[in-house]
Amino acid sequence: MEPFKFTRANDQHSAISSMGGNGVKVIAGGTNLIDLMKLDIEKPSQLVDINNLKLQTIETLPNGGMRIGALVKNSDLAYHPDVITKYLVLSEALLSGASPQLRNMATVGGNLLQRTRCPYFYNEGFPCNKKNPGSGCSAIDGYNRNNAILGTSAQCIATHPSDMCVAMAALGAVIHVQGIKGTRAIPFNEFHLLPGNTPHRENTLRQDELIIAVELPPISYAGRSHYLKVRDRSSYEFALASAAVALNFDNGRIKEARVAFGGIGTKPWRAILAEKVLTGAIASEQTYRTAAEAALSEAKSYKHNAFKIELAKRTLVRALTTVGGMS
Amino acid sequence: MSEITGMPVDRVDARLKVTGAATYSAEYYPKNLTYGVLVTSTIPKGRIKNINSSQAERLKGVVGIMTYKNSPTLHFPQSSDPGGGKFGEKDLLPLQNDRIFYDGQIVAVVMADTFEVAEHAASLVKMEYEVDQPVFDLEKNISQSYKPASSLGGGAAQESRGDADANFQNAAAKLNETYTTPVYHHNAMEPHATVAEWTGDKLMVYDATQSVAGSKNLLSSMLGVPAEKVKLISLYIGGGFGSKGFSWPNTVLAAMAAKVVNRPVKLVLRRQQMFTTAGRRSQTIQKISLGADNTGKLNAIKHDTTSESSFVDEFVETAGVATSMLYSSPNVEVSHSLVRLNKGTPCPMRAPGEAPGTYALEVAMDELAIQLKMDPIQLRLVNYADMEEQKKKQFSSKNLKECYQRGADAIGWSERKAEPGTNRDGNYMVGYGMATATYPANRSASSAKATIYADGNAEILCATQDIGTGTYTIMTQAAADAFGLPIEKVTVKLGDSDYPKGANSGGSQVTASVGPAIRAAALGAVNKLTKMAIADVNSPLHGRKEEEIMAGNGRIYLKDNPDKGEDYIRLLSRNNMQKVEALAKTNVSTRQQQESNPAAAGSADAKAEEESKTNAAVQEDEKTDRKPYAFHSFGAQFVKVLVDPQLGTVKVDRAVAVMDIGKVMNLKTAKNQIMGGMVFGIGMALMEETAYDPNNGRVVTRDLAQYLVPVNADIPKFEVQFIDKPDTIISPIGARGIGEIGITGITAAINNAIYNATGKRVRDLPVTPDKLI
Ligand SMILES: Cc1cc2nc3c(=O)[nH]c(=O)nc-3n(C[C@H](O)[C@H](O)[C@H](O)COP(=O)(O)OP(=O)(O)OC[C@H]3O[C@@H](n4cnc5c(N)ncnc54)[C@H](O)[C@@H]3O)c2cc1C
Ligand code: SF4
Repeated sequence: MEPFKFTRANDQHSAISSMGGNGVKVIAGGTNLIDLMKLDIEKPSQLVDINNLKLQTIETLPNGGMRIGALVKNSDLAYHPDVITKYLVLSEALLSGASPQLRNMATVGGNLLQRTRCPYFYNEGFPCNKKNPGSGCSAIDGYNRNNAILGTSAQCIATHPSDMCVAMAALGAVIHVQGIKGTRAIPFNEFHLLPGNTPHRENTLRQDELIIAVELPPISYAGRSHYLKVRDRSSYEFALASAAVALNFDNGRIKEARVAFGGIGTKPWRAILAEKVLTGAIASEQTYRTAAEAALSEAKSYKHNAFKIELAKRTLVRALTTVGGMS
Repeated sequence: MSEITGMPVDRVDARLKVTGAATYSAEYYPKNLTYGVLVTSTIPKGRIKNINSSQAERLKGVVGIMTYKNSPTLHFPQSSDPGGGKFGEKDLLPLQNDRIFYDGQIVAVVMADTFEVAEHAASLVKMEYEVDQPVFDLEKNISQSYKPASSLGGGAAQESRGDADANFQNAAAKLNETYTTPVYHHNAMEPHATVAEWTGDKLMVYDATQSVAGSKNLLSSMLGVPAEKVKLISLYIGGGFGSKGFSWPNTVLAAMAAKVVNRPVKLVLRRQQMFTTAGRRSQTIQKISLGADNTGKLNAIKHDTTSESSFVDEFVETAGVATSMLYSSPNVEVSHSLVRLNKGTPCPMRAPGEAPGTYALEVAMDELAIQLKMDPIQLRLVNYADMEEQKKKQFSSKNLKECYQRGADAIGWSERKAEPGTNRDGNYMVGYGMATATYPANRSASSAKATIYADGNAEILCATQDIGTGTYTIMTQAAADAFGLPIEKVTVKLGDSDYPKGANSGGSQVTASVGPAIRAAALGAVNKLTKMAIADVNSPLHGRKEEEIMAGNGRIYLKDNPDKGEDYIRLLSRNNMQKVEALAKTNVSTRQQQESNPAAAGSADAKAEEESKTNAAVQEDEKTDRKPYAFHSFGAQFVKVLVDPQLGTVKVDRAVAVMDIGKVMNLKTAKNQIMGGMVFGIGMALMEETAYDPNNGRVVTRDLAQYLVPVNADIPKFEVQFIDKPDTIISPIGARGIGEIGITGITAAINNAIYNATGKRVRDLPVTPDKLI
């Protein structure tokens, strides 16, 4: 770890004004950033502790949506009664992630920005375009069992590891940020970037911008939703494949659907193609399977992760079946 | 007084551990301490071309950088036995030249005033390498394999009887399959840690080790310092599982670094470094052939294992070691081959050999049973070995049939459907599986010192160690019984190389080895009190015969008339004695390799040897003729699994183990050891695997987020039972070891249950979701 300066911001303004400088990073729960610093992957020259900022509230909005402060802990969000009744999928996604201790530290803002778990990214001496742009990608021809099958590029095939983000992608959340020049509201789908030729650029946040809150739009049927995560052990492990789904039924037909995947995409993967298949169709195993086929139609697998294509399909079918069976 | 041994006594060190008061090796802070941080190679093979450490040297707080260019000269180790000290890389002394044989090899140690500066400086040491083409893939290099002459400490690596080949060809039922296991890492909670301090020519070392005496010996011989000038302390150890059984370069490097900077040095491995420079369980490729007649009687068993070794030492994962004795068959062939790879040296990991070996053999037995349409338990009964057929010896004690029976009852074996894939419960398929567990019962020479003080307290000293298994507790129990004292009056001190030498923690041997020595020493001390009383005209026991007198509740008294006697306190104070002391050494060994290695050394042990000539307990113990016997523990593992065939996930729903391990010293710690082994087995069966880069062979998964061990949610309700029949041949205390057998068989039982649930047989571990969908 390299030496760094440590400061504490007591209000948004002072946080943002100190963030403009090169090498400045904010620290929230620290559960990802500190690990990366210990491995010399992140080398900030200054850390700004933002835990004193008043960004810890969860509000229910007049329109029925919710606004979640960037510093809300993952566990507080998961156990919030309104989240459980109105956005069950988000609560389940959060609780499927990490461990209780980590969720008690991890924040919404930090979770949005957590970095990949591609093992090469963590390993010194291996080429990695995300870590050292232009050095190459060790995973493409290497050990890539846990890497992505959707949204990959010739430069990087790393997954976005978050569970929370998958639910938020399905729900079409909006991310509110504030920088020196003012505030912006970024639709979820425009927040994370595909790797393309610049895998080190992971999102559209600017250096001086602070995540303030995440807004969940009102979705009348999102209480009837589910997050299913398949992994190599029962807990405390990232997804091999996961699916966040919400369905609006009308007399055995699906009126509206929300579908997103985790564990298989280079970003939290909203499956618009699957939603199209589902919308208006009769709820049946056949429909679910067709939706899953559509969702994975553009998947590209690598030497060790071909199984993810079929596994993701089955995960989606199971998640949809579960929601279909909910009262 | 009823026996304390066997009771489920709480751990005597539990309070210290949960309050953080137990001091582990990394928790010593000698004055003027410096922190050492390792720089490790990022290439698997080659040479160091250039070292640029100027940037690191300029950092404030850096006090030294040790590389092969300035490091003290080392000597090759004298011993190759874990008891006497086994260095993990016998042909590669650390930092002695520029050659690189594996990824993660230590190439420099940076010392600084603070850990933070040392870490930072280490990242600034720039190594330039000349890279050579490494050999790293076991399967691809199988043509390079060779047959080792022997395994660790001289064990047989090739064994046979009869003609397995011919009889296999002619068998009515044949099973011929290949089973593979990946590389596993021990991942003890506590990393390898050393604090080394020189005072003049004397070396004081705190080291996390499974062999206090062995590590000390190695330091002495490798550094060229007389043994009496080296002292090693290891009071508490946060698990080892074999990874701290050999000594790895970090320990001696800490001592060298302390010499170079002339200040104490603390050196702790990072979790990532534990994946490269502290051993592992080798990958195995196991070919098994079973030939049977129509009744299931095995007339041929072949077990051929290929595993990895390194270019700097040799280690054989003896997966076939149990195969020659587990079942009755006239024709058996067990062979082991090695391929040298550019990786660190593998080493023992909980049940080395038996863990992967019983996985392969016991899955093969299941497959044969299915082929023969037999119940898997029945197949094992048909081939039950009443004697050790390879060595032609009796078992000292074997109650395996009872294990099968009780295990089957406990799991509800009758619920098992013989036809696989026919037991459904909602989204799950239900399956039952079983397998035999086995591990040898080892015993080696050990010595101990016992003291009874005039205040009525007693103490045991022994240079063995408690690696987290409960040795402090059960030895306190055994000593209390021998001293005739309540447990609160007895203190057992271990983990100090100045004490009389005890066994190393390997091969599940500490209880069976150290227990009798401690017992004999304590009985020896009591005997001295008895003699004192007989000679003392003021004692109520004056003039009596030793045979008439016994001890209990802190008194010696007449067997026939317990009221006639006196307590230790009064006897000692009347005789103006502060204490009585006794040394004992038992030389019994069940392993030929240890017989050949005189384990004990040092003056304390010579005295113990001398004193033991008149110690009745030692004499009695050593008199037992053990040559006609083979010593093994056995058990049966049963599991019930729930498999989601769509998603490929497996949940172990229930697990039952019935173990025949001789006398149970403490029901609580014993269950705990078996359960721990079963957790290991669940990891081995379902998730653990170290991944290597397919292009250069470097380790890819190097931390506990990437290398998966089971978490609580993976663990079912365990049911552990013991036969609890003392093995009177192995020792007077009747206990065989227990630390390793828990992992044997369980992996196969899970695998067999998955097959029973789904009809899918996965022969390459671990059974992850991708292999079941
Ligand atoms: C062992 C382990 C297992 C895990 N398993 C899972 C899992 O299964 N599923 C899962 O989803 N996650 C998992 N996680 C990841 C965990 O969810 C993240 O580490 C956590 O959400 C990060 O939040 P934090 O507040 O600690 O972020 P920090 O570590 O504090 O920060 C992370 C990044 O976000 C930036 N940042 C933080 N807040 C803001 C803000 N308000 N504005 C701008 N930038 C900000 C920081 O500068 C930093 O770059 C796991 C983590 C570990 C260590
Ligand atoms: S997949 Fe991305 S993170 Fe992984 S090695 Fe390639 S570039 Fe690096």
